[in-house]
Amino acid sequence: MYVKANTLIGGSSKTMFDKRKLDDIAKERERWGKTTVPDWIRRNPERRKEFYNISGVRMNRVYTPGDIKNLDYMRDLGFPGEYPFTRGVHATMYRGRFWTMRMFSGFGTAKQTNERFKYLLQEGETGLSIAFDYPTIMGYDSDAPIAKGEVGICGVAVSSLKDFETLFNGIPLDKVTTSMTINGPAAMLLAMYIAIGDQQGVAREKLGGTTQNDLLKEFYAQKLCIFPPKPSVKLVTDIVEYCTKHLPRWNPISISGYHIREAGSNAVQELAFTLYDGIAYVEAAMERGLKADDFAPRLSFFFASHNDFFEEVAKLRAARRLWARIMKERFKAKNPRSMWMRMHVQTSGCTLTAQQPINNLVRVAFQSLSAVLGGTQSLHTNSFDEALALPSEEAVRTALRIQQIIAHETGVTNTVDPLAGSYCIEALTNEMEEKALAYIDKIDSMGGIIPAIEKGYLQKEIADSAYKYQKEIEKNERIIVGLNDYTVEKDWIPIKLLRIRSEVEKEQVANLHEVKKERNNEKVKKVLDKLHDDADRDKNLMSTIIEAVKTYATLGEICNILRNVYGEYKELIVI
Amino acid sequence: MTAEKKIRVLVAKPGLDSHDRGAKVVARALRDAGMEVIYTGLRQTPEQIVETALQEDVDVIGLSILSGAHTVLFPRIMELMKKKKLDDILVFAGGIIPQEDVPALKKIGIAEVFGPGTPTDTLVKFVRESVRRKK
Repeated sequence: MYVKANTLIGGSSKTMFDKRKLDDIAKERERWGKTTVPDWIRRNPERRKEFYNISGVRMNRVYTPGDIKNLDYMRDLGFPGEYPFTRGVHATMYRGRFWTMRMFSGFGTAKQTNERFKYLLQEGETGLSIAFDYPTIMGYDSDAPIAKGEVGICGVAVSSLKDFETLFNGIPLDKVTTSMTINGPAAMLLAMYIAIGDQQGVAREKLGGTTQNDLLKEFYAQKLCIFPPKPSVKLVTDIVEYCTKHLPRWNPISISGYHIREAGSNAVQELAFTLYDGIAYVEAAMERGLKADDFAPRLSFFFASHNDFFEEVAKLRAARRLWARIMKERFKAKNPRSMWMRMHVQTSGCTLTAQQPINNLVRVAFQSLSAVLGGTQSLHTNSFDEALALPSEEAVRTALRIQQIIAHETGVTNTVDPLAGSYCIEALTNEMEEKALAYIDKIDSMGGIIPAIEKGYLQKEIADSAYKYQKEIEKNERIIVGLNDYTVEKDWIPIKLLRIRSEVEKEQVANLHEVKKERNNEKVKKVLDKLHDDADRDKNLMSTIIEAVKTYATLGEICNILRNVYGEYKELIVI
Repeated sequence: MTAEKKIRVLVAKPGLDSHDRGAKVVARALRDAGMEVIYTGLRQTPEQIVETALQEDVDVIGLSILSGAHTVLFPRIMELMKKKKLDDILVFAGGIIPQEDVPALKKIGIAEVFGPGTPTDTLVKFVRESVRRKK
């Protein structure tokens, strides 16, 4: 198993503190606890008996070197850009380049989203991130009966390559990197991106970006699955294999804790389950015959940044250390890059309140700061109007400004990992790691992530945490400003909320019918038949899917072929 | 005695979105309050929801949606309920539903729309009192 930071009694030469001094501090702490504290508390009682963070870790009144007495600097922290990467994956972090400011956006038609992309790039965004609408996410065309009322509402509608041509009109793919929040149909959307690259004459080795393509968390957290677990992991692995060979700058998977957190988990569960999903993907790719060092450097991660500031910083630092140890010890990776945990962070949508929405600006600012102090590579800041609607242009600009203010004005970017060495942060980082490891052991003992999903274990863990959190708010044990305290009679919002015009669906469906009329249907049929054959024979499907999208075969048509071969996933309901 | 009969609630998720945190918390809270709760799971069509309500003989339906498709799906559900003569079932809704859409939803027979941050106690009270009033 892995080395646990807290459990080794390092020799005095390895730990950071002199044994005698630690004893002195421990004695003094005890004395303080028996004299100064009760003296003070008698007149000034504490606000509550015990203090906990959101994961239920009891917070000490004060932290001292005694709380991290086994911390071995070189073993547990090291230097930025070096194993175990606790202090950051890059040597100079934000002194060189800020994180990528990447705003998740997409709504209405491809044309509207193209305009939003260009607006954001002009306002200083440094990477694109596409939000697709639900029919696209679920692998349906805009004219499918089940898509009625959903087209272009929560993201941009993409049914064929034609929509992608509009979406990237005037955006050179060798100048931006693009992240796509897509899972079930990740292969199809990546194929469209490659096809646009081909049209623009951009070599495949120059295409940079990310497909979320993390199907495992879909089964227990985000729940946007098309196919059952096994074929889903097969498709994920097809993409990993294809990218390893042809798209060296592409991150084939963004192993995502964000949705686990948004579904209601706490920070420890988010960390542990995400890492376990990562373990499962590495195992699947190795079973395919790839070596860890061939693909692991391109694995990326995605976390939420929630309200508890120190807990979030500790989570990201622990995540890096744990992943580095897992890659080195469990998978015997040799290349340090395989041990890098590069991450994207999004501020936590579920913390936003519909009440006094302007307060969300402040929440997002703190959450972003903890992500930056936690050492993220990329950040999305939520807009303050998102508990009410899709973000308006003004709100999304202000959200981006939060990142720019942190980057340019606060000074926190001038030194690397400035919270390291804080007794509290290091103790919390150790505790995060230990608790996550306990979950990893538990899932190991269940036989891995798929059995844990099939038993409903992960779903139950998440639902329990969500209910606990809600109850804490309702009992006023947890104050959410503007929601259960400091409420106002009359609410106020300074902007106009974004509404999606109802004509969007009509326009999109008309465009789709036009595409189907203009394309060569014989070619489409031929390539779809080939896809069916390839899927039957369990071949890597990427090349055929690229061929298919280039004939303007639609997303729905391609997914339907695979639905025929693989079947559809039926939700396991766990309340 | 009617007072002893448990209130039967169908918590339903129409639409393609998968945000089920709220629906599950509501389902659990109503169950903890002594009601019988049936949860449909994700992505139920209006037809499926109305059919389940009929089969399960529920007193109440709670609809949860965060995809924005309520303007299309809710009227469809209410229309089907009328057709199946289920209009005595109390229907309430929650999720991300803009305030300006609420009057139109009430007009088609949705008793109440609860926004984000509604305490579960409020829901429990609302369901109990509304069902009592109907009887």
